[in-house]
Amino acid sequence: MSEPILELRDVHAGYGSIKALKGISIKVMEGEIVSIIGANGAGKSTTLMTICNIVKATAGDIYYKGGCINKVASDSLPSMGLCQVPEGRRIFPRLTIEENLDMGAFFRNDNEIADDMERVFAMFPILRERRRQAGGTLSGGEQQMLAIGRALMSRPKVLLLDEPSLGLAPLIVKQIFDIISEINKLGTTIILVEQNAKVALSMAHRGYVLETGNVVMEDEAKKLLDNPDIQKAYLGE
Amino acid sequence: MEYFFQQLINGITLGSVYALIALGYTMVYGIIQLINFAHGEFFAAGGYVGVIFMSYLLSQGAPAWVCLSGSLILAMAYCAMLAMAVEKVAYKPLRSSSRLSVLLSALGMSIFLQNGLMLTQGVYDRAYPTELTQGGFEFGTVMLSYMQLFIVSLTAFLLVALNFLVFKTRIGKAMRSTAQDKIMSALVGINSNRIISLTFAIGAGLAAAAGIMVGLYYGSVRYDMGFVPGIKAFAAAVLGGIGNITGAMIGGFIIGMVEIFAAGYISGEYKDVFAFLILIGVLYFRPSGIMGENVDDTRV
Repeated sequence: MSEPILELRDVHAGYGSIKALKGISIKVMEGEIVSIIGANGAGKSTTLMTICNIVKATAGDIYYKGGCINKVASDSLPSMGLCQVPEGRRIFPRLTIEENLDMGAFFRNDNEIADDMERVFAMFPILRERRRQAGGTLSGGEQQMLAIGRALMSRPKVLLLDEPSLGLAPLIVKQIFDIISEINKLGTTIILVEQNAKVALSMAHRGYVLETGNVVMEDEAKKLLDNPDIQKAYLGE
Repeated sequence: MEYFFQQLINGITLGSVYALIALGYTMVYGIIQLINFAHGEFFAAGGYVGVIFMSYLLSQGAPAWVCLSGSLILAMAYCAMLAMAVEKVAYKPLRSSSRLSVLLSALGMSIFLQNGLMLTQGVYDRAYPTELTQGGFEFGTVMLSYMQLFIVSLTAFLLVALNFLVFKTRIGKAMRSTAQDKIMSALVGINSNRIISLTFAIGAGLAAAAGIMVGLYYGSVRYDMGFVPGIKAFAAAVLGGIGNITGAMIGGFIIGMVEIFAAGYISGEYKDVFAFLILIGVLYFRPSGIMGENVDDTRV
């Protein structure tokens, strides 16, 4: 078995005296979709924020492409191919769609940025229609599309997605998840944090279940879907 | 009627100065929500660097345009670096502290810089060379001096350049991104510390240009000259909607006009009062200012 592209080894992190992660170990192989599920406050978002060094790991190590990235500044990670679409999408509300996308490619200097923007517009035609509109004027689903598009502008190797389905109508959710599958098939490794465990696990290769800052279960996504405990706790069956 | 036009010209000239200073307040506020009370000192420092270098160039026999542009560029560069140093020493270490701590640090910096200027340059007025600024156009009794023309056209150029930088270039987009969401900016690869530093530099550079203009216009500079125009420009920034670049420009011109017209038609003795009356009025009736909240697209 080859080396994982991203690995968390016994990572602890928190906010002040509150410990949000109490020794999390996660491995992600190149080309996978790995889903992290769990209830509110289980530490899912903190896990992603710690990978990106927005929240500092107080113990443990995070490896990306074989190198330790604990000390790498957050703003250096996108150029290394590690990119996050955070919870709440965090569109720049007073930048236009085009400007938001351009900021996704902020660190790039090549002349293919315009081509990549065309690719994003082809993926989400609604964004092309509204390209000169401020990001804050978009609907929730459109903002999610923009947030994913902005992340794609950095040409990520590993894409971290935090609750892309949150607050969206089922039809839009399906559309977003189809796109995520497609992005994965084109070669991007994906970590998908979701409360909507059913959708997340049905598209993922493997899954981790988080409870109060600990990994309580990890398995192939299919097996997690069939697990009676998981069904009871997270799938509402 | 001639008196009106004369006051209009004077008001636009003074408004230019306030607009340039107000931009520094509003840009820094937009990006780190700090009222930089040391900002007026960059204006004063710019005035001094300008007079020192301009006198030197004149004594070397340089032509007028070299004296003006040379001292302008040097003063702007000096103040830009001074502001970056101030930000690094006095504000950056407090980035995660309460806003009150940073505000107090800014007040401290203001006192420190003003006293530094006093100790190194003395307590007396320092005269600007007058030979560069004589003459003008006369329309009947209305006078438009070359100096006023210089101030207004330089201001117009700087305002256009700033607008281009902030709204058209990538670095400007990064400044607006940082102002809107620092965490997300980091997640797309923007180094917010560098952007904040740049914002201080630009604001102080504009203030330095205003310092030279005031020195030339009124004929002298003084170590404490930053205080009153600083507060008036702050009133202008609030009037325009703090954090809003276009608002600061408009606010600056309004405050300048009001001051000149009030001094001309009501009372010269009370000319300093009107800017503050406007400030109180805005805070009371419309705290978001002219361009605040409802008109969103030109906020940083």
